[in-house]
Amino acid sequence: MSSSALSSSASVSLPLSQRLLLAVGSCLLGAALIFVAGFSHLEVVHNAAHDTRHSAAFPCH
Amino acid sequence: MIKRIAQTAGFAGLLAAIVLTLLQSLWVTPLILQAETYENAAPAAEAAGHEHAAAVHDHAAHDHSHAASHDHGAAWAPEDGWQRLLSTGLSNLVVAVGFALMLAGLFTLRAPGRTWQGLLWGLGGFATFSLAPSAGLPPELPGTEAADLLLRQYWWLGTAAATAAGLGLLAFGRHQALRIGGVLLLALPHLIGAPQPEVHASLAPAALAQEFVLASLLTNALFWSALGLAAAWFFGRARSA
Repeated sequence: MSSSALSSSASVSLPLSQRLLLAVGSCLLGAALIFVAGFSHLEVVHNAAHDTRHSAAFPCH
Repeated sequence: MIKRIAQTAGFAGLLAAIVLTLLQSLWVTPLILQAETYENAAPAAEAAGHEHAAAVHDHAAHDHSHAASHDHGAAWAPEDGWQRLLSTGLSNLVVAVGFALMLAGLFTLRAPGRTWQGLLWGLGGFATFSLAPSAGLPPELPGTEAADLLLRQYWWLGTAAATAAGLGLLAFGRHQALRIGGVLLLALPHLIGAPQPEVHASLAPAALAQEFVLASLLTNALFWSALGLAAAWFFGRARSA
């Protein structure tokens, strides 16, 4: 990864290791949300999110 | 920075979920409801289909419980109407915030310099989570025969992960070898192939199934465009604030 001097973002103020940690943490948390709504085998969750799953083309049924 | 990620994910997710719910209500959900009329009209055929799947995959218990859920008899299911709309809308929100969290997290590594660059991120998300998985497992209407659920979920997740990594290497790889690796990663899941049912069968007519594929892909493309643009805008705004 480059901490290129082009980036004017405030994110450069944080060291790369911390930004990596934030990125991985956010991705994991996001994946957990998607897993619950889109992939959980719990009947109630499946029924509630049924149309979302079909629409998003998540494997369903 | 955590606040910036949370704000971006919350606002962009909410906005994109509203867009998604509106588009679904207009085009996608009517198709699902139409397919369910075929499903409800043919409970015998459905049961036969599930027995067949059970025999093929030797997952009798699983498929049995599943057939029960499909009739919405075993566990709570939203009533058609506002309950169903509300629970779909909330599910959309959870999924949208999840995707937005991923985008915002990646933005801490590569902040989009301009809002329009969010559109590229959004299209990347569409390719990763919609287009590539749909190439092997097309969006399905209720009442379509499919391979074992768990196998399809594994393939779906593997495809999304490989596509994300492949696109990342293509976009940000500095060396030719990395880009070639990216192309290989994009192709790999499709060379392996998605799990397919023994028999392709659907209760709904083929024309309806085809329209659903189109509706799902277009809806997801618009959802991802909105999500990418909104995430880039909110992320940039949180910086200047």
